[in-house]
Amino acid sequence: MATPLVSFHDVGKTYRTLQGVDYPAIEHFNVDIEVGEFFCLLGPSGCGKTTILKMLAGFEAPTAGRIRMDGRDVDGASRDRGVVFQGDDSLYGWLTAVENVEFGLRMRGVSKRERRERALRHLELVGLHGQEQKYPAELSGGMKQRIQIARVLANEPKMLLMDEPFAALDAQTRSLMQAELASIWRAARTTVLFITHDIDEAVTLGTRIGVMRAGPRSHVKGLVSVSLNGAHSRTDDAFLRYYKEVYEMIRDEVAASLAHRT
Amino acid sequence: MGGARRLWAGYGGYALGFASLFLLWQLASLYLVSSVLFPPPTIVLKKAVVLARSGVLFEHLWASLQRILTGFVAGSLLGIPIGLAMGSFRPVRKLLEPYTEFLRFIPSVAMITVAVIWFGIGEASKVFLIIYTTIFIVILNTAAGVSAIAPNKIRAAESLGATRAQIFFHVALPATVPYILTGMRLAMANSFTTIVAAELIAANEGLGKMLWDGRLFMLVDDIFVSLVTLGLLGFATDRMFRWSIYTFAGKYSPSGG
Repeated sequence: MATPLVSFHDVGKTYRTLQGVDYPAIEHFNVDIEVGEFFCLLGPSGCGKTTILKMLAGFEAPTAGRIRMDGRDVDGASRDRGVVFQGDDSLYGWLTAVENVEFGLRMRGVSKRERRERALRHLELVGLHGQEQKYPAELSGGMKQRIQIARVLANEPKMLLMDEPFAALDAQTRSLMQAELASIWRAARTTVLFITHDIDEAVTLGTRIGVMRAGPRSHVKGLVSVSLNGAHSRTDDAFLRYYKEVYEMIRDEVAASLAHRT
Repeated sequence: MGGARRLWAGYGGYALGFASLFLLWQLASLYLVSSVLFPPPTIVLKKAVVLARSGVLFEHLWASLQRILTGFVAGSLLGIPIGLAMGSFRPVRKLLEPYTEFLRFIPSVAMITVAVIWFGIGEASKVFLIIYTTIFIVILNTAAGVSAIAPNKIRAAESLGATRAQIFFHVALPATVPYILTGMRLAMANSFTTIVAAELIAANEGLGKMLWDGRLFMLVDDIFVSLVTLGLLGFATDRMFRWSIYTFAGKYSPSGG
């Protein structure tokens, strides 16, 4: 393969707690993400998955190592890396669905007609046709996540960062959204970093899964390449084989994270 | 039918509440107290009509309202940018917090003496007092609104390519609107208290002056006309604020989506 789009090189993140104690959340984190990959970062809760996403997004700086994208060090947020957040608090409640999707284009000075046309196209892509003029407060949790996805896609980033975007949804909506995201990704082939604690979700969506060790000093324990991406049913042998492989890798980490907390 | 029922559900309770208030007042003044010092609403209404016809009532009303509006608008226009700056920049907050934290505990009523010494008994002292009573509440609420903005709203804007100035005008400012409106609503209520107190002490016209004259010349009915006018005026302005908060707050929610 050519040079990776993103590379984490020996990345570490140490937080200082309120008691003044240093907590090394991440240590020696090494991962390369290639162009066009759907990379799922899987780990038990509290292992620092979201910290990895925040550092790549540019919201937080690593305390050790370096993160590079396109051969340049990540320094602050950039429209190259669009973020889909877990909750709905990143949406702008005073803007309609279509205005939310237009936001990035409007900030960049794209003409009114062009940005409206692009926003409507992306709302349709995520299945929100007919909801354009509604405010986020009038829409369900699943629909709000669709607005977030449309908002990021319309901005045409080089990469999508998704932080457990379906974790707060009910099971039915979640599996529907997973299937739709998979089909959007198959059409667009944008590079994705997808954070999740759900093995099923990782195996369903990912082309590669990085399993993280439980914190502290968390890093990638092992990598699994998957070739399903939503095209297979959850009862297929292939799906179950991958599931088992990942499950066995993560089992001890979940136990460790539980033991750590109690 | 549906419209009438909706109207009843929306305002029926209100109408009943108000009717019962005036009915109780009527009964109390006729049978319970039965004194010229406590006129029933029918008499007060008659007196109000007389005062309204002669224009006296509107003169007083307009004098008070003008002072309130001038001071309130000026106080809000000063308070909002100061509050935004305090909420956005920690050094500004550290620098200005002593002022707000110290001065907001000195009630505007206590400042009347100083205001009269500094600005005389004319309009300037009244407007100063209303600005004083408005500005701190607006500052505090605006600053609180800024710090209540969900960090993800700012982060999303950053990774969509917005500049710092754009984030301020397109995210921080609209997200703070409901807090600003709430601060202004509280400030408006304070303005009523302050203006009456100031006019009681030193003024040539105004609803407070009307109260004072009523006491001086034993015009009990006039006192009650002034009181009812104050109540209705306050109720009307507060409704206006509540309406605008409800209209904007649903969408302009600072934390939720």
